Amino acid sequence: MSDRDRGSRILLNGALIVFGAMSLFPLLWMLSASFMATGEATQLPPSIIPHHPTLEHYRDLFGRLALGRYALNSALVAVVTTVCALAINSAAGYAFAKLRFQGRDSTFRVLAAGLAIPVQVAMLPLFLLVKSLGLVNNYGGVIIPGLASIFGIFLVRQYALAIPDDLLDAARIDGASEARVFWSVVLPTIQPVLATLALWTFLATWNDFMWPLIVLSDDRKYTLPVALAGLVGEHAQDVELMMAGAVITVLPVLILFLMLQRYYVEGVTEGSVK
Amino acid sequence: MSGKGRRGIAPGWWFVSPALLLIVVFFLGPVIAAVGLSFTDVDLYALADWHAARWVGFRNYSRVLHEPLFWQAMKNTLYFAIVGGPLTVAASLGAAMLVNARAVRWKGTARAVFFAPFVTTLVAVAIVWRYLYHPRYGLFNWMLGHVGVHQIDWLGDPRWAMPAIILMATWKNFGYNMLICIAGLQNIPRELHEAAALDGATPWQRFRHVTLPMLAPTLFFVVVVTMIGYLQLFTEPYVMTQGGPLRATTSLVLYMYEEGFRWWRLGVAAAIAFLLFILIVLFTLLQRRISPKAAA
Amino acid sequence: MIAGFAVSCTGAPTAGVELRVWAFGSEGEALAPIAREFEQANPGVHVRVQQIPWTAAHEKLLTAYVGGALPDVAQLGNTWVPEFSALGALQALDTLVARDSMAVPRGDYFPGVLATNVVDSVLYGVPWYVDTRVMFYRTDLLAKAGVTSPPVTWAQWQGALAAVKKVQPAGAFPALMPLDEWAQPVVFGLQAGATLLSDHDTRAAFQDAKFRKGFHFYVELFRQGLAPALANTQISNVYQEFAAGRVAMYITGPWNVGEFRKRLPDSLQGKWATAPLPGPDSAGVSLAGGSSLVIMRKSPHQDVAWKFIAFLSDPARQVRFYEKVGDLPARRSAWDAPALVEDAQLAAFRTQLGRITPTARVPEWELIASRVAQAAERAARGRETEDAALAGLDKDVDAILEKRRWMRERKP
Repeated sequence: MSDRDRGSRILLNGALIVFGAMSLFPLLWMLSASFMATGEATQLPPSIIPHHPTLEHYRDLFGRLALGRYALNSALVAVVTTVCALAINSAAGYAFAKLRFQGRDSTFRVLAAGLAIPVQVAMLPLFLLVKSLGLVNNYGGVIIPGLASIFGIFLVRQYALAIPDDLLDAARIDGASEARVFWSVVLPTIQPVLATLALWTFLATWNDFMWPLIVLSDDRKYTLPVALAGLVGEHAQDVELMMAGAVITVLPVLILFLMLQRYYVEGVTEGSVK
Repeated sequence: MSGKGRRGIAPGWWFVSPALLLIVVFFLGPVIAAVGLSFTDVDLYALADWHAARWVGFRNYSRVLHEPLFWQAMKNTLYFAIVGGPLTVAASLGAAMLVNARAVRWKGTARAVFFAPFVTTLVAVAIVWRYLYHPRYGLFNWMLGHVGVHQIDWLGDPRWAMPAIILMATWKNFGYNMLICIAGLQNIPRELHEAAALDGATPWQRFRHVTLPMLAPTLFFVVVVTMIGYLQLFTEPYVMTQGGPLRATTSLVLYMYEEGFRWWRLGVAAAIAFLLFILIVLFTLLQRRISPKAAA
Repeated sequence: MIAGFAVSCTGAPTAGVELRVWAFGSEGEALAPIAREFEQANPGVHVRVQQIPWTAAHEKLLTAYVGGALPDVAQLGNTWVPEFSALGALQALDTLVARDSMAVPRGDYFPGVLATNVVDSVLYGVPWYVDTRVMFYRTDLLAKAGVTSPPVTWAQWQGALAAVKKVQPAGAFPALMPLDEWAQPVVFGLQAGATLLSDHDTRAAFQDAKFRKGFHFYVELFRQGLAPALANTQISNVYQEFAAGRVAMYITGPWNVGEFRKRLPDSLQGKWATAPLPGPDSAGVSLAGGSSLVIMRKSPHQDVAWKFIAFLSDPARQVRFYEKVGDLPARRSAWDAPALVEDAQLAAFRTQLGRITPTARVPEWELIASRVAQAAERAARGRETEDAALAGLDKDVDAILEKRRWMRERKP
């Protein structure tokens, strides 16, 4: 190996470490500050590592401030949304890719155009609609409007286009109904994209802020991000406490992502480049 | 496409109908209603008694367009999108090239590290950044202090608030585009680089004359898509600055939210939403027009 | 207009009632223990206090109104009362107050604050705590400038400021009136006797001679270099500026009494004081701010709700609330408590609370107020003449009030 190669290798890996440190720094500081004693994070010079690590803020959050309830709410909303969205969008995506029916292409074009409309446009009438359905301050109002996703349908369709027709026809010749074909042939084949869609939906739902903020008015029903934003209004000066709250909010999605990142990465690459 | 199709009432409709029904009821329907709403003066009085609502034609639009705050919000939004979009993609490209470099180890770990900020909850990390930006105790000013930069009031100074939000958004989002850039880089044939290297091209020249031109279509697509996403800025200023200081971080969506959900001037808010929509359509058209040329 | 809510069920059983109460910020936090006391005094009643951040309070209330999810009792900023009464969300309280005049005696409230809760002669809220603005000033700097007592008239005030400017460090300004606050120009207008709006509050009246007089006084302070043309966010730290003598007078509210004690260096404690606001020819009026307690019209627990409000209105409890959160009591008898009498900095507030005027009681007020600030800023920065700024303001505000005019014409 030449000196130049070694030099550039050190340079590149050094740059990678610096870049990575910048990327992780805010998250690491959040974690570290969450274990600091009250007031330690607002000292000069700042402390980077807690002097006397404490769990008091976590105890406070789960005890006095009942953040556990919000975590459960968030989990409930995210899981229900993910399961239902998976069923609805995969069926539609598959049909748009592989089934023939009248008006399919024109319907699909309308949906494609809808992709360019920002969700904020629909928000005000949607709120009035949700209200007239009696779903304000109800998880139904949080979950149902976001179930069908044009983006999700696109993702599944893109992937399902690659299913060989022979595979489907073979099952049909064996006398399988369309539902059966979907269940036992299509779904197993498109499993990777389903994992992507599931992870995508779960993260988006867990992280969503604006819509639950508008729909939920009873604080016992808040999701984690809404509760956290409420907390910061009252406890802005309690840095360490807020950091512990941020950790509780971020950690579940971070862990889930690290476990399933392969699918996520593939999904993003498939969906946008091809 | 399937050769066999027609058999009874097309089963395809059964498969798509739940999704279509939901999209029509909860998205397209409200969008159409919003168009209608933007031509009315539905407000607080009308919510109490629907007879107090009137058709006002284009009055909401002309009012909004004469409103200095709207133009301020437009300026802020464009500032965020036009500076933040390219900056984010530049960071993405840098990260992608590092991860893609042959000499680099731990590629998988590096990719996960760069991507981690993207999956985090915006509300939570916005709170974290608020403290990092604290003028007195924040780590940023402390670090800058060591290189002789005087205390910056990141979120309190109208000149710095938007750059601060752009910086945070860049950090949060560059990982996503990095994945797309990596895929793009991997599509560049190795031979091109090798040929250039044989000709004695420096790494910078190879980047300038091989990587960039080959990646241009992808980059352009990514920049425009990122900018379109950035036009919908809301949560960052809502949590970090409430649109201040001096309205320096009030985005169009935040402005719409305030008009609609704070003052309940629903007609005005719907008009703002549509003006935002037009802006997004313009960006999309721009992408469609220029994209094929850049690819050619 | 008085709603027909019958007050028949005074002795009705209250078993199994859950009373939902919304309160904001630190008030919400401090309310919980008081609610526990109420529960002990009223067996069978459970009070659920929901604490809402101030920044989200207004949206939260309105979404809850539209979504039909309002609580039974809520704290309302008193400028919001007209808005929610226009929505028909609030219960009229006149009969209840008349019935329970022992627990909630009208005469014991500062009249200016009580007036903010009256819309079209109907009472919709009971003042909970009050808030007004007075002058905070550096006694040592005024003394150095030869000003022995705080100014009472505008002329004295201008004179005092000019004298202080001479003893200040170079480039400093004696008074601080942040340009993004509507309070100052509005207060000066009110002091000159302006009504702000006219024709049953359906037309702007900012070009009226009285408002013009106050507006002129305001702009003149900037023109003469007595106040800096800066907005709140351009002033890095008011307390530091005040401590350094770069600001000698600052018009602000009761929350800053605590902040000044906490944030000014020890060497400066004892060198600052508060004083009521000057007026054109004699002591002037100030704003009537604060929060009220309201009962939602749709609440099924009207009687318990009223009991709870009466409970919170007890002077002794108001004093405790002051000790805990620093909110000034709305009842005058509460001000005789030692905790309030002994605090010298509060005397100015007590005097000022006797001279407060509500702003226009229309739902559009907050929007109008933001326009007043914008017009005042344009004039103070010298971008427009006073006449042009006020003409523009009238035009803007008339447009905002168009709907209100139409509503009035429709139902005579």
